[in-house]
Amino acid sequence: MFLLRLLLKNAFRHRLRTSLTLVGLVVAVCAFGMLRTILEAWYAGVETSSSTRLITRSNISLTFALPLNYAQRIRGVEGVRTVSWANWFGGVYQTERNFFPQFAVDPVTYLALYPEYRLPDDQKQAFFRDRQGAVVGRKLAEKFGWKIGDQIPIRGTIYPGTWTFTLRGIWDGAEARTDESQLLFHWALINETLRQTMKRRADFVGVYVLGIDDPGNAAVISQRIDAVFANSVAETMTETEAAFQLSFVSMSETILVAIEAVSLIIIVIIMAVMANTMTMTARERLAEYATLKALGFPPGFVVRLLFGESLLIAAIGGAIGVAATLPLAAAFGKAVGTILPAFQVSPMTMSLQAGAALGVGLVAAAWPAWRMSRIDIVQGLRHVA
Amino acid sequence: MSDAPLIRIRHLGKGYVRGEQAIPVLLDIDLDVARGDFVALMGPSGSGKSTLLNLVAGIDKPSSGTIEIDGVDIASLGERQLADWRAANVGFIFQFYNLMPVLTAFGNVELPLLLTSLSGRERRERVEAALALVGLTDRADHYPNELSGGQQQRVAIARAFVTDPVLIVADEPTGDLDRHTGEEVLGLLEQLVSTLGKTIVMVTHDPKAAARAHRVVHLEKGVLVDAAGMA
Repeated sequence: MFLLRLLLKNAFRHRLRTSLTLVGLVVAVCAFGMLRTILEAWYAGVETSSSTRLITRSNISLTFALPLNYAQRIRGVEGVRTVSWANWFGGVYQTERNFFPQFAVDPVTYLALYPEYRLPDDQKQAFFRDRQGAVVGRKLAEKFGWKIGDQIPIRGTIYPGTWTFTLRGIWDGAEARTDESQLLFHWALINETLRQTMKRRADFVGVYVLGIDDPGNAAVISQRIDAVFANSVAETMTETEAAFQLSFVSMSETILVAIEAVSLIIIVIIMAVMANTMTMTARERLAEYATLKALGFPPGFVVRLLFGESLLIAAIGGAIGVAATLPLAAAFGKAVGTILPAFQVSPMTMSLQAGAALGVGLVAAAWPAWRMSRIDIVQGLRHVA
Repeated sequence: MSDAPLIRIRHLGKGYVRGEQAIPVLLDIDLDVARGDFVALMGPSGSGKSTLLNLVAGIDKPSSGTIEIDGVDIASLGERQLADWRAANVGFIFQFYNLMPVLTAFGNVELPLLLTSLSGRERRERVEAALALVGLTDRADHYPNELSGGQQQRVAIARAFVTDPVLIVADEPTGDLDRHTGEEVLGLLEQLVSTLGKTIVMVTHDPKAAARAHRVVHLEKGVLVDAAGMA
């Protein structure tokens, strides 16, 4: 109790110094948390992918489409339960800054494969019935203030012309990290148009999305599918949804490594700042520690004082930092909108932030505590004079 | 009470090594201090009087010889044992008071009692009695920076005797005080000897302060020059 009282009083003895150290710590913990959250958001697609879904795409490149008639042959492969498909639409809503993903899908099979998109049944049926219809995630609808029945005009970039969709449904994600930033519409709509305008591009799909019975057989099923189309004009590459998502993430791997490095550098910098604070503190109190030792307090008491004070400051700074990250991340997530759809501070990130803050506290006090525990009483007392 | 001296120093030597040079500070000191005595150590700067005081207080280790205090050869004690011994047997009074700035007068006096097994109530009673004796009952809740130099030294005196130690060491206790306040502090030290039976060893430059002691021991260049040094 006495030690705690002394720690509290010592910690706020130099209010300005402690406050500035706390500000530095809060900023560092916040920045660390934000960068970790950016990393997690980047990998969210991988983490939320289902182990029962496979993606089949062109073996050459994702930009090469696959014939629609592959669907029937894939359906015949042992282990495949459901076959659906999707095309990247890449349209522009109002301006290029309003980016969000749009996919032309086969509605019934596609939504069956994504049960995490929770859509009321009446909205789902309305979407199925209306070829001009579209469904969107809740975040996207809120971002643009869309309501059921609204007309959404989208300028095509891959598929020329302006495409106007009627909003038939809004899904809620089953989990906080489920993507709610997409717009889905009927693949048949663009295919019919292509049949009339660019026959050569009709009856092709971007990727096949497959539902399988046993995730344990994913590798075998993938091999079976690719074997079916081996030596054909359009060979395929089948992989799990996680691997497919990871291939996108790995394109920006250098940036991700840099972000991770910066997040760690921030912690190292604040560690040095805090160590400097604690060293100054210890040097100023040299005579006090010598007096305590002269009175009979063991060296361990001085060590506890320094570690305690450092950990107390780190705990306060860490707690404020973690608390401040939540609204900051919410604001950031809102600002970046659909670019990082699942931008949320995870419990793991909060634990890492708390751990980093306490680590800073421990490391910062280590050197001064060791020095002060070994001070010569006579030399220390002379420090006053 | 035993007739044996409280402090018995024999062939005490202390030196430092700086680089390759050995610097002797105390040479073959023999000194006895009786129980309840009030001894002033005097001498010019560098004579070794503060070193002798530090050795007697157990905050420094001799290079040779023995220091027996109340029958315990403190030169043979380890670091941890010495800390425990100091907590139980020695009270310290410093020139610059050395109070904890974040603790009140009460907290400062209570500090050495935290190393004892006394209960909170017992500690409070002792601290209140000590503060009453130095006339600072009404200043118990004041922090050192709210007290004058003389008041701070009185708090330090209360801290020195609150554990009821056999020995109190004082290093220039009036060195930072004006004459009048210094007189008050010396009066308090005399009171500790006369009413509480404490043994005090005090280092001072001031002949007037030394004159208040029962005995004055002179040191010069690390050697006792006063034949009256032996009790």
